[in-house]
Amino acid sequence: MLTRIVLKEGADLEGFRRAVRMLLARDVRPDEVMWVTADTPGLFGSAVDADAPPLSLPRAVRPLCEMVVCHSDPERYALLHGLIHRIARGERALLEVASDPLVHRLNIMAKSVRRDIHKMHAFLRFRKVDGERGERFIAWFEPDHFIVEAVAQFFIDRYRAMDWTILTPKGSLHWDRQALHLGPPGDRRMAPDGDDFEDGWRSYYESTFNPARVNPDMMRTEMPKKYWRNMPETAAIPALLRQAASRTGAMIEQEPAAAIKRNPAKAVAAMADQEPRSLAELNRIIAASEPLVPGGTRAVLGEGPQHPAIAFVGEQPGDQEDQQGRPFVGPAGQLLDKALAEAGIDRRKTYLTNAVKHFKFEQRGKLRLHKSPTAGEVKHYRWWLMKELDFVRPKLVVALGATAVLALAGKAMPVTRARGPAEFGGLHGYITVHPSYLLRLPDAKAKAEAYAAFVEDLKRVAAMAA
Amino acid sequence: MDPALTAKLRILADAAKYDASCASSGAPKRVAGPKGLGSTSNGICHAYTPDGRCISLLKILLTNYCLFDCAYCINRRSSNVKRARFSVEEVVKLTVEFYKRNYIEGLFLSSGIIRTPDHTMEQMMLVAKILRRDHGFAGYIHLKTIPEASPWLIEQAGLWADRLSINMELPLQQSLEKLAPEKSSATINNAMGQMHERIVEAKEERRRFSPAGQSTQMIVGADEANDEHVLRTSDMLYSRFAMRRVYYSAFSPIPQASAILPAKPPPLQRENRLYQADWLLRYYGFSVDEIASGGEHGMLDLEIDPKLAWALKNRHRFPVDVNKADREMLLRVPGLGKRAVDRIVLARRHTRLRLDDVARLSGALRRARPFLMTDDYHPAALTDRIDLRQRIVPPAKQLSLF
Ligand code: SF4
Repeated sequence: MLTRIVLKEGADLEGFRRAVRMLLARDVRPDEVMWVTADTPGLFGSAVDADAPPLSLPRAVRPLCEMVVCHSDPERYALLHGLIHRIARGERALLEVASDPLVHRLNIMAKSVRRDIHKMHAFLRFRKVDGERGERFIAWFEPDHFIVEAVAQFFIDRYRAMDWTILTPKGSLHWDRQALHLGPPGDRRMAPDGDDFEDGWRSYYESTFNPARVNPDMMRTEMPKKYWRNMPETAAIPALLRQAASRTGAMIEQEPAAAIKRNPAKAVAAMADQEPRSLAELNRIIAASEPLVPGGTRAVLGEGPQHPAIAFVGEQPGDQEDQQGRPFVGPAGQLLDKALAEAGIDRRKTYLTNAVKHFKFEQRGKLRLHKSPTAGEVKHYRWWLMKELDFVRPKLVVALGATAVLALAGKAMPVTRARGPAEFGGLHGYITVHPSYLLRLPDAKAKAEAYAAFVEDLKRVAAMAA
Repeated sequence: MDPALTAKLRILADAAKYDASCASSGAPKRVAGPKGLGSTSNGICHAYTPDGRCISLLKILLTNYCLFDCAYCINRRSSNVKRARFSVEEVVKLTVEFYKRNYIEGLFLSSGIIRTPDHTMEQMMLVAKILRRDHGFAGYIHLKTIPEASPWLIEQAGLWADRLSINMELPLQQSLEKLAPEKSSATINNAMGQMHERIVEAKEERRRFSPAGQSTQMIVGADEANDEHVLRTSDMLYSRFAMRRVYYSAFSPIPQASAILPAKPPPLQRENRLYQADWLLRYYGFSVDEIASGGEHGMLDLEIDPKLAWALKNRHRFPVDVNKADREMLLRVPGLGKRAVDRIVLARRHTRLRLDDVARLSGALRRARPFLMTDDYHPAALTDRIDLRQRIVPPAKQLSLF
């Protein structure tokens, strides 16, 4: 006796899954089943047990089923049932045997559905209408298979903030920026018949075509004619093809053009000199640029006179610096001020800047936690720092801490070992710790010692730069 | 659309069309935020023009004014072509409006060099920045960077773009000197090297910098370079700079051609063979030497594809037993693509393959037949027949319409 199974019109994956569980539980053979689709499902020849046990099948079965149920072929469910039956009866690796005639056929069906989905993603065109809620986009498309639901997520992901409707002869989709509604089949006349941007788009299509490479077969393979009537740009195709040969012939026959312009040797030579010409110009660039580290609300620029005896380079601005827009004004800056005073250096006569110009931090509740810049990030900022020092031209540049060393020397060096006089490219330099390091030392005695050593370093710096 | 804007679009799309690249794949997976627009995909072609090429991105120049004088380029300063210039806002608007109508996957922006390389690069960077920041644009952005621009601009551009590219232009250094007097191979190579470093570092440090990598393009047929030169250059570009793609662009006649490069029909078949060879290089384990050995005097065989050409010259390695041969050798069988080979390797774990089975796994059995054997089939003397080439090669097809 034939078992009659009625599924919903279109791609009824859920119904099919329930039916197959039932059929396998009852050991019904594929040739004993008749699959039909109807708008009013549930009129089963024999009822489907909703609670037949789930089947455990190799992982690749599910994605194949998802595609094949969308196919327009009325045999799709029977073929899938045949496949699952064989797998469940022992041929566990059946899907790996792509040469098996059934697997081969199902693969081709899945490919055809995938292609249809892909072409719908690609060739669907929206047209804009103005409604009460602002702009609204409507498309009419004719897919080969039952893929309307399968494409919905793609368009939601892409056009989440737009109101849109997709009409097809196999069902419709409506998105209102919040939720998706599935609707009945639509009609071409429900879609607008034009859009403001279509002439611009057609112009683009015409201009991007190269008549010297004409290859209409290739075009038709990838964009079959059946899609053309819903794609506004295709109206241009006949004329483009007609004129291609003569346009190309004309280009080839044309005399080589004589140069019209004189050689603007000066303008081209001037290009070599495109880099910022002053510190102010460089600072404008830095201030207008996007942070190259996460966090940073604004660039904190260097501060102090040009051509000073000493320039100090720190790591990066901190929380306070970021808020006030000035370098070395937070706790570490205050400690530096104190040490400078003890070493007899007038802060106002020195130049102060950072290797990284933005505060890199991670937001933790209300706190902005300092994060050290990576080597790559330091490198991103290096070009700016080197340009800056070119303009500032200090007698001596002091690297405060490892990040500054990395930026100035172009390679990492442990501060403890490299501490003392150094050369950075052509610049005389000096390496010492960053004042924030002193702040972090937990032990009071160690802190006092480290601070004294830091002041000693600064005294040496002052002597060297004198 | 505003007719003045359409007129500019015509000029600046026409000026950009000689760049072959149009890929929109490789970007990290993104979807539109609640107020944003766009998503990324594995590459979608939204239309095909009658030259058979895909339109994936809005491919335009910011301006076709240019101070340089590259002989192969329609935009060189000495050409009489009509000029135009978009404002940053105009490019942003076109991209957004085209994208909303599902015409494109995103933007591919290039430019002639005006004022200075930095000025030009900054304008391009701004387009990308405004799209991302002010429009929440999550679609694809490819910027053609200018090798002469300052590093900070490349750093900034890398934050917004999915892909940055620099054109190699010509495979031979001496032709670059001759045909593009203002350009230098050293600058180009340098810029590619730095780009590569930045991309690798950013990946290691999990930062965003041109996540879809870099690509480049070479013009074929504008200089004396033979196919072997071209392929060696590509091989170097793949291994040294980890290029995602090298594009080959058959030099095409342009209106207002330069006197040193008289117009000829573009060598389309040559371009096609180079793409096939490039594929063999990247995915089929062939070396440049092996590929070149299939042709003559450093040029690939135009009549047959490079894999078949190699097989015909190495018949002693065939027929290959489909049920036994290793993957590397199966990949060398003409007519068996990577997909087919994967399926064969998987299927033969469970069953023995016969010729019918292979026919279901490969779309090109006619070409493969002389080079393979199965349990029920052996090509016998076919593999060694002198007229094998004539038997496989379809009668020459008219490829151009001239
Ligand atoms: S730099 Fe050379 S290739 Fe680029 S637009 Fe100018 S002339 Fe053309």
